[in-house]
Amino acid sequence: MASKSQSCSIWVGSETGILKGVSLSKQQAFNFCEMSCLSRDQEVCVLEWGDPLESEVLVGCANGTVKAFSTEKGIFTESKECGDATQGKFTGLAMMDGSLVTCAESGILKVWKEGCTDTIEINVGNGVCRMRQNPSRRSQVATGGKENPLKVWDLERPDKAIFTAKNVKNDWLDLRVPVWVRDIGFIPDSDKIVTCTGYHQMRVYDPSSPQRRPVLEAEFGEYPLTALSLPASQGTVVVGNTHGQLAVLDLRKGLVRGCLKGLAGGVRGLQCHPTLPLVASCGLDRFLRVHSLEDRSLLHKVYLKSRLNCVLLSSRNLELSGADLSGEVEEVKQEGEEDGETDEVWDAMETVTDKTNKRATEKAAEENAVKGPKKRRKVAKK
Amino acid sequence: AKADSVEEEAAFPPNFSVSEIKNKQRRHFMFMKLKQEKRKRKLELKKKRKKEREALGDKAPPKEVPKTIENQRIYDETTVNPEDEEVAFDEGTDEFSSYFNRLTNPKVLITTSDRPRGRTVRFCEQLSTAVPDSHVYYRRGLALKRVIPQCISRGFTFLIVINEDRKVPNGMVLCHLPNGPTAHFKVSSVRLRKEMKRRGKDPTEHSPEVILNNFTTRLGHSIGRMFAALFPHDPQFIGRQVATFHNQRDFIFFRFHRYIFKNEKKVGIQELGPRFTLKLRSLQKGTFDSKYGEYEWVHKRHEMDSSRRKFHL
Repeated sequence: MASKSQSCSIWVGSETGILKGVSLSKQQAFNFCEMSCLSRDQEVCVLEWGDPLESEVLVGCANGTVKAFSTEKGIFTESKECGDATQGKFTGLAMMDGSLVTCAESGILKVWKEGCTDTIEINVGNGVCRMRQNPSRRSQVATGGKENPLKVWDLERPDKAIFTAKNVKNDWLDLRVPVWVRDIGFIPDSDKIVTCTGYHQMRVYDPSSPQRRPVLEAEFGEYPLTALSLPASQGTVVVGNTHGQLAVLDLRKGLVRGCLKGLAGGVRGLQCHPTLPLVASCGLDRFLRVHSLEDRSLLHKVYLKSRLNCVLLSSRNLELSGADLSGEVEEVKQEGEEDGETDEVWDAMETVTDKTNKRATEKAAEENAVKGPKKRRKVAKK
Repeated sequence: AKADSVEEEAAFPPNFSVSEIKNKQRRHFMFMKLKQEKRKRKLELKKKRKKEREALGDKAPPKEVPKTIENQRIYDETTVNPEDEEVAFDEGTDEFSSYFNRLTNPKVLITTSDRPRGRTVRFCEQLSTAVPDSHVYYRRGLALKRVIPQCISRGFTFLIVINEDRKVPNGMVLCHLPNGPTAHFKVSSVRLRKEMKRRGKDPTEHSPEVILNNFTTRLGHSIGRMFAALFPHDPQFIGRQVATFHNQRDFIFFRFHRYIFKNEKKVGIQELGPRFTLKLRSLQKGTFDSKYGEYEWVHKRHEMDSSRRKFHL
């Protein structure tokens, strides 16, 4: 289990409460769940890295507990009660200087310090859909939700928000435009914040500019946008909606650069790799997909049997070079460990990479991605 | 020279095809002749092969199985393995668990789109005789989002809305009520009772048995459970009625029969009740909310229908 968890480069949380690790190099997916007792109230709502070295994954569950999972050891190391089910599900989790920041749907944002029992508590308003931490300034968090505009908070001065977004002007019928912020992203190397809404709009705000209204607004599709992610290359943003449409939008003009095909169900989690042009998406159709952002082709598709809620990518290189990649999939079935870990069935993956091709550059991946889906998959079925 | 040419058999020049003859009658005649020749040759080949097979007797190679689209179906990785614990847990705690744990009984509300015309109205009535404990209500132009909370308060578990287009039913929204998934189907080939040949008398009030065929993938399982939850738990075998949902190539065929065992091996069946085919268009999590709801599965024609051998249910 330790070796398995160390090889996993993508972590996915499901509705059944199981934390799944996917290792693209080994072409396997593993379930890491505690004590074989699954229940729906352990549904994973948020996943976040516990530390910058990515050795710990923080799992926020629907019943209010936050569990820490160590990727080195492959087990859950601790569990913390951070609220209860009455406050709603977790909408965001962050680590700041050793203290844990949690935000629930009811708007209660709490900072839990290590060892102390006192917490800083901020009420950010009801109906929160998302809380995100600024990766460059770790003490800033942004929250937004249904009829809850984007607010940026500095946790060192928790009494008032640093920036509260103003709603756009009334529309052409002079009606108030409703607000529903579904996901937030901080644009690196600048102050700007991009949000996607349930009314299929994508908005960019600039707190350093005097205007509190969005600097840029773009629309995509007709369905609520549920997830957003910023790729390593500047100037674009990837959004997903409830219909399973993933699109790459341009941040300069607000136009659609392209769509990523393949998803059949609503997108719940989206994350771009910090350095490579890859994006991982998971959703209600029970598949984890990795697309390449350069040619918008599907690189990997993994069937993970439950509906997936959130995805977390590690910053290390996801795919190792061709030598240890093979089309064959092996069965790994192990007995449950004494501490209650059970490694369960891996999944057959639709592999696209070529066995013989030593060039593990994007070109190889591209050319194989085109041929890949047409190949007959070799599946060792039990 | 003339004698020579007459002596040779009148032969067509090579590279000649029947379609080059300009005269329609002669062309037709030549084509018929060509087809007959082909058939004759095929029969001869068949006879020869049969003789060879009989001659070999036991050593004959096994008969080849003809390829069908169902045989050649691309293996779907979401096919449910019966021993899979995770899927079993998922199904055990999903929205239908209250039905399958016998905590609730189904109660179905059948309605249509606004101002239904003859065929649809009769279809709804016949459907309500096939599904026990179902009630048909006239849709007085009411919004579904307002109908649903009222249904929940009155204890309904299912809402069926038959959509009508040009006096013919063409769509069905099947919504599981407390908070359950909503499936949207395309309905085609609707046959009402009087259009069916050799049908039996009208269905009785007994609960029918339910047969769900060929729902193999995870999505298929969800839809199959949805259909199963429409009918009461315990079928009354006295009624000898059976409702079948047969999935083939992503089309779901609904049939309603009455059976009788003539002896231990022979069964006679009479078809009663309406007959229709369904094709799943989308499965949405939560009750009906086409704009803001999250979809678990949406049929995307250009991506999903590119291969003739790939099916999703």
